[in-house]
Amino acid sequence: MLELQNILKSFTGADGRHDVVNNVSLSVGKGDIYGIIGASGAGKSTLLRTINLLERPDSGEVWLEGVDLTKLGKRELRLARGQIGMIFQHFHLIENRTVYDNISFPLEIAGVPKKERRERILESLAIVDLQDKVLVYPAKLSGGQKQRIAIARALVARPKLLLCDEPTSALDPDTTGQILRFLQDINRKLHITIVIVSHEMEVVGSICSKVSLMERGVIAETLDLAERKQHEPKSQIAKLLFNHGQEAKEVDYAYGLLRAND
Amino acid sequence: MLTDFFGPTIELWPEILHALGQTGYMMMFAMGIAALAGIPLGTLLYLIRPGSLAQQPRLYAVLDTAVNILRSFPFLILLIVLIPITRFIVGTAIGTTAVIVPLAISAIPDFARLIEQTLLEVNRGVIQAAEAMGASTFQIVTKVLYREARSGIVSTCTIISINFLSFSTVAGLVGGGGIGDFAIRYGYYRYQLDVMAFTVALIVIIVQIIQSTGNYLVRRLDKRH
Repeated sequence: MLELQNILKSFTGADGRHDVVNNVSLSVGKGDIYGIIGASGAGKSTLLRTINLLERPDSGEVWLEGVDLTKLGKRELRLARGQIGMIFQHFHLIENRTVYDNISFPLEIAGVPKKERRERILESLAIVDLQDKVLVYPAKLSGGQKQRIAIARALVARPKLLLCDEPTSALDPDTTGQILRFLQDINRKLHITIVIVSHEMEVVGSICSKVSLMERGVIAETLDLAERKQHEPKSQIAKLLFNHGQEAKEVDYAYGLLRAND
Repeated sequence: MLTDFFGPTIELWPEILHALGQTGYMMMFAMGIAALAGIPLGTLLYLIRPGSLAQQPRLYAVLDTAVNILRSFPFLILLIVLIPITRFIVGTAIGTTAVIVPLAISAIPDFARLIEQTLLEVNRGVIQAAEAMGASTFQIVTKVLYREARSGIVSTCTIISINFLSFSTVAGLVGGGGIGDFAIRYGYYRYQLDVMAFTVALIVIIVQIIQSTGNYLVRRLDKRH
């Protein structure tokens, strides 16, 4: 359903030009939970953000269900973005809006009438099991609760695709597990395709059906976790991560192990 | 003792009330105009800043410089420079209504700059989240930026209105009246030190009331903690 073709994105910093994403292509099937894992600075977040064009690639195409998003005008792009949910490491809720009004926001943008908004907001809150927090402000919520509200906010627009940018990196291990179960449920019950960027093995290992390993702006290797046996990891880092998954919990840590062995 | 203090001012009460009315009149209109022009201008500055939602680096450089130049004018000089414009708008350059023009104009760039700074404090991530949901720039401004910055905007209004109170004392120079002018005429020119002390105390109280009201509203509106 989602095809990235030859995505190139570079930034010009004080020390010259960097190709943060260098000619990356990948294909996400309908119903996949697709993981992109990599060390910090590998370009995985930038790649994720090119999908809804928060970062516009210098070249390349983003095809979502037969439409090249890079070719859309401003208005059409806004409509297309309405079909793509997104959650973030630091949640990014509107702090001066209550939980109810936060979830209402995507519907207000889309011009959904007030009565229908109410039904859909309560429905979304029920999915993340936080009906009792309707009138609370985000500052009064825990990190895990904030992320659940962010998920409800993404779901209320009934997206086809959900982008998750390090969704559990600000959370403790227990809460991480809880959020991952919510994501898995959403994928199974609501048939929403999910793309997750993370540097934590636990995240991709536990719920992803496919994983791309990203290194210095390119995809080093893609593994189909559903049929892991046929796809033996080739690169050293992938072996470390996927054969000793429990040992190497974070990619940065795995790289540290590799370097120590050199 | 108390009557000693109020003694000479009691017969001046009607005039004090009149002066207070003039101050209120100047502040309300000047504030209204300054907010009506300053908030959109500050928002524009925020939006067209390099790297922002609708960046226009050249236009930003021009407006940025214009705001700085206007802000550097001492109020007294601006009051005189603006006389032809005031005469054109109000019909006269003298009187309470006439003072509103330079008051408002001097506050617009201050207002705009403070609003720009307030908006800059809004978390970029929240704005990007709104963009990712498909919000237009207008929706982002009205539904996210102003919402998140509302307590800062109230602070800005508090600061500007207290500035107005002090600037309006200069208004006496062009027959603008007001409480500050009253203090200068009675207390300073006529050496009625008790009247001056009384009026200054009155102004201190007004400033306190404005500041406390502002602080109260900021606390009520800020849900970020």
